[in-house]
Amino acid sequence: MSQSAPVTLGADPADRMIAWRRFADVAFQVLALIVLVVALACLGALIWDIINDGAGRLSWDFITSFSSRRASQAGIWHALTGSVFVILVTALIAVPIGVSAAIYLEEYGGRSLAARLIELNITNLAAVPSIIYGLLGLGLFVRMMGMGRSVLAGASTLALLVLPVVILSTREALRAVPGSLREGSYALGATKWQTIWHQVLPVAAPGILTGLILALSRAIGETAPLITIGAVTFATFAPDSIWSPFTVLPIQIFNWVSRPQADFHANAAAGILVLVMLLLSMNAAAIWLRDRYQKKGTA
Amino acid sequence: MTVRPAQEPRRGLRRFEFVIEWGLFLCALLSIGTTIGIIVVLTVETVAFLREVPIVEFLTGTEWTPLFAMPRFGVLPLVVGTTLVSLIAMLVALPMGLFSAIYLSEYASVGLRRVVKPVLEILAGVPTVVYGYFALLFVTPLLQRFIPSLSGFNALGPGIVMGIMILPLVSSLAEDAMRGVPRGLREGSYALGATKMQTSLRVVVPAAFSGITAAFILAVSRAIGETMIVAIAAGQQPRLTWNPTVPVETMTAYIVQISLGDTPQGTLEYRTIFAVGMLLFIGTFGLNLVSAWLRERFREEYA
Repeated sequence: MSQSAPVTLGADPADRMIAWRRFADVAFQVLALIVLVVALACLGALIWDIINDGAGRLSWDFITSFSSRRASQAGIWHALTGSVFVILVTALIAVPIGVSAAIYLEEYGGRSLAARLIELNITNLAAVPSIIYGLLGLGLFVRMMGMGRSVLAGASTLALLVLPVVILSTREALRAVPGSLREGSYALGATKWQTIWHQVLPVAAPGILTGLILALSRAIGETAPLITIGAVTFATFAPDSIWSPFTVLPIQIFNWVSRPQADFHANAAAGILVLVMLLLSMNAAAIWLRDRYQKKGTA
Repeated sequence: MTVRPAQEPRRGLRRFEFVIEWGLFLCALLSIGTTIGIIVVLTVETVAFLREVPIVEFLTGTEWTPLFAMPRFGVLPLVVGTTLVSLIAMLVALPMGLFSAIYLSEYASVGLRRVVKPVLEILAGVPTVVYGYFALLFVTPLLQRFIPSLSGFNALGPGIVMGIMILPLVSSLAEDAMRGVPRGLREGSYALGATKMQTSLRVVVPAAFSGITAAFILAVSRAIGETMIVAIAAGQQPRLTWNPTVPVETMTAYIVQISLGDTPQGTLEYRTIFAVGMLLFIGTFGLNLVSAWLRERFREEYA
């Protein structure tokens, strides 16, 4: 119909450029998607590899047996109890201190110089390598304070390690509490602490708890700082007091991986399965709490 | 007389409030105490170490054999080992992390994000000892099929696995930075006829540059301080080489190696781990400070 020359796509340089740009746009998107898929595939390979190596070794006996020089008789009871014990003591130390520090920074500190300095310091501490905490624990708790290579020294080290995480997540939970709640409480004549204790903390509790569980689940997978403070790597006993020597599950796994025999590698994989299940159940608890909290929030 | 009973508890209450506030403040102050503690412990032992080993020999020596009968204390092999593994990790983590961040921030649908983000969180939450297992017994044997000369312990396998471990950190921090870029910038770019890719690469990424750089620097710091992957899969042979196929030792792996043995307190070997730790602390702390400063600057740009 038109009198002008028929337009064929690609003939005009501008059209070709647009076609090229469209192609590049799609290609870029595909490339980015491939990267994501590769990342997910790595997780898949990791899980598959460990289940493949370790599932056959996993049994009730494996969980309830002590360490042994024979791979087929070795178990993780001492390491599992050690891990649980250390984490409980870590929680007893880190939770009250961390939550208190967060309350100070969020409710009292404001923008004062001290509060800002502490904040900056906490951000930095969160990124200090965990093995440095191990050296701190070795010098401070094991040597200077004379705790020896005990559960208490290990838990204190881990407590310092998770404190920044506990503080940051608790602050987030406190920040989510609406200011009107505080103002209402003040209007009724409550003091600052009464307001925090009776109004703010109960509302923030599920959020705080979620953060605490996630922080502790990080501590339970830590290996390097506990090796550095001198946790034993071959244990045939379960710790019975905070002064006893101990080992933890990740160290036992490390010990088995480091041996040349394939039988011990299977043990390591089975140990990893137990560790991962422990972590997953902690994470599931945290997610459950968060969901419950969110539902309540909207209702 | 009638006012007094009402005032008494009030005064007690005020004192109680005061005590509480100070108690909370002391807890917050403990974090400063931790930093001071780290610095003091590392400094005391490092100074004792440097009294026996000249600092020039420590920093520029090319042989690290502290356990030999004729010990040499040149830290360079450990530094190079650390740098080599971190470099490989960064070659994996930075491009992949940036790509996935761009995708998640600019392209992905809400549904996809809801699937991918938790998976990345799981990747970030896997204990490092598990990654060490993966590097030694899965990735290295796999690589050996393509590179037959690859040693059982090497820098390549753990480097790649470390990159995968750090990827979620890069991805989520870089994504946060890109999401912080105001919508108006993107809309302006679209209005000028740019495609999504052009907008992402030429507008969003440059606009989020300081935030993305902060993420990268934090990732480098994480790689340098990572311990278990290299302690398991890189071997424990301090050698001055940039060859990724032979066993090397990093600073962190050395600390683990000595800690596993029964080195008595006060010996020179015992002090070496603090001296190496000091170097590690200075390096990572410096990087963390730069990263925090960049993030702060980024926040100000779009505040």
